[in-house]
Amino acid sequence: MSLLAADLPYWAQSLLRVLGGTVAVLLPAGTIVYLFLFKMMSFMQSRLGPMEAGPYGSLQLFAEVGKWLQKEDIAPENADTRVFRMAPLVVLVSTFLLVAVVPFGPDAYFTDFDAGVFYMLAVSSISTLGILMAGWSSANKYSLLGGLRAAGQLIAYELPMVLSVIGVVIQAGTMNLQSIVIQQNDGEIFGFDGLGNPFLLTQFVGFLVFMISVQAELTQTPFDMPIAESELVSGYMTEYSGFRFLIFFIAEFATAGVFSLIASVLFLGGWGLPFSWFGWESVDGIDNWMNVGGPLILVTKMVVLSGIIMWVRFSFPRMREDQLQRFAWKVLVPISLVNIMITAILKVVF
Amino acid sequence: MLASDIVVAQNVAFGIIAAVMVLFALRVVSSSNVVHAALSLVMVMAGAAALYILLAAEFVAVTQVLVYIGAVMVLFLFGVMLTRAKLGRDADLNNKNWAAGIPVALLLLGVMVYVLIDGLGDDKLDVTSGTAASTAAISDLIFSPYILPFWALSFVLLAAVIGAIVLARKD
Repeated sequence: MSLLAADLPYWAQSLLRVLGGTVAVLLPAGTIVYLFLFKMMSFMQSRLGPMEAGPYGSLQLFAEVGKWLQKEDIAPENADTRVFRMAPLVVLVSTFLLVAVVPFGPDAYFTDFDAGVFYMLAVSSISTLGILMAGWSSANKYSLLGGLRAAGQLIAYELPMVLSVIGVVIQAGTMNLQSIVIQQNDGEIFGFDGLGNPFLLTQFVGFLVFMISVQAELTQTPFDMPIAESELVSGYMTEYSGFRFLIFFIAEFATAGVFSLIASVLFLGGWGLPFSWFGWESVDGIDNWMNVGGPLILVTKMVVLSGIIMWVRFSFPRMREDQLQRFAWKVLVPISLVNIMITAILKVVF
Repeated sequence: MLASDIVVAQNVAFGIIAAVMVLFALRVVSSSNVVHAALSLVMVMAGAAALYILLAAEFVAVTQVLVYIGAVMVLFLFGVMLTRAKLGRDADLNNKNWAAGIPVALLLLGVMVYVLIDGLGDDKLDVTSGTAASTAAISDLIFSPYILPFWALSFVLLAAVIGAIVLARKD
């Protein structure tokens, strides 16, 4: 956003950042819901999906939002009303906090945070709190069970996610997401610089573990035990309706989008193109159009990655609770620990 | 001290955060519902993280969020909800002898105020540059002069993990 910083006062910059953050959260959510949840899932199930509202049903989203907004705001009689009402907002706040560190271009970022990776891992765990609040305050045993399952799952899968990112941090030698992007596009593979050096190649194991953990953190199938509809109705979301359900819904898909953004920043080179293509020497030499082109490149990568997340969601059956926990602790955690060790050894050798 | 030295954004922010923290800290001990008390404690922790950010110690602030809000409080709430989380008021939550805690709290406050004033006095920390507590500086400190305490802490944690496994195993 500092593209415009020279002539804008502080309040205008802050306003721009808030607007940009809102767009960066809502746009991926809308894209994912329409493109994948409405259309891709329908095609995979041999149906057309929404077709009536707008061309190819593209205005269906607005119709859905309008529908949710006009519903009555109901809380169960025995519920802890204040906590019940706050819970969806806590989940959404975590999403908004997440997007704050994602760099969208050489100058187009919300904050240039030194401990960006660390921050990202920390604020993503706040949503667990919201889910626990929702499960407990609903005064419903299904909700409480769903909330507890969700918390257990999110704690279990946060660990492999943290550990898989450490490989990238070791290789890049920094926790700043902007520097990680620059390193990937500035780098070279044994002297060949036509591709940059996306960490996807060197950290492929880390990428796999990260994407699996993200799938579990988002409680998407095959990790959707917390909202397993055949046994828990809808888990912690059972009692929610109207715009509070809408907030949960938006948060779910917006977080999917933001995690895809972060995965493409960490492993796919983020907003950048390999610097050698245009003869850019360093980050200062980058042409200004990258501040517009960068976000577009990043969003393209985001769509591809969230497409994979949704593809897995529509294809796999649900895992059992004990399988799910065993997979996190006995498969993913050891793999990512080995990955860290190998990365550290190679870092010292080269 | 001039008025212009006092009324800066950081001091105003500190005042607001401190007031919120005190308010929620009182609610932690006075609330008659375990979950409400725990959620108030989350707000106190978040306030502490905000104070660290005001001091330009972003790494410490993020650690505060990750460890205390993301892990400790989530596990705490998890445990409470699994065992004894009633909705509504819980009459036996507050001990009858709660007033006995007041002198202890005041004594602690006095000791801390004395130590802080005695230790720092009129010293001013330069937080504007933000280098003292940056991520790189902290890691340099941990991995060179403080490597031995760091190792010792790791061993303590390892022992705790092994102890937890021993307690939890059925055979």
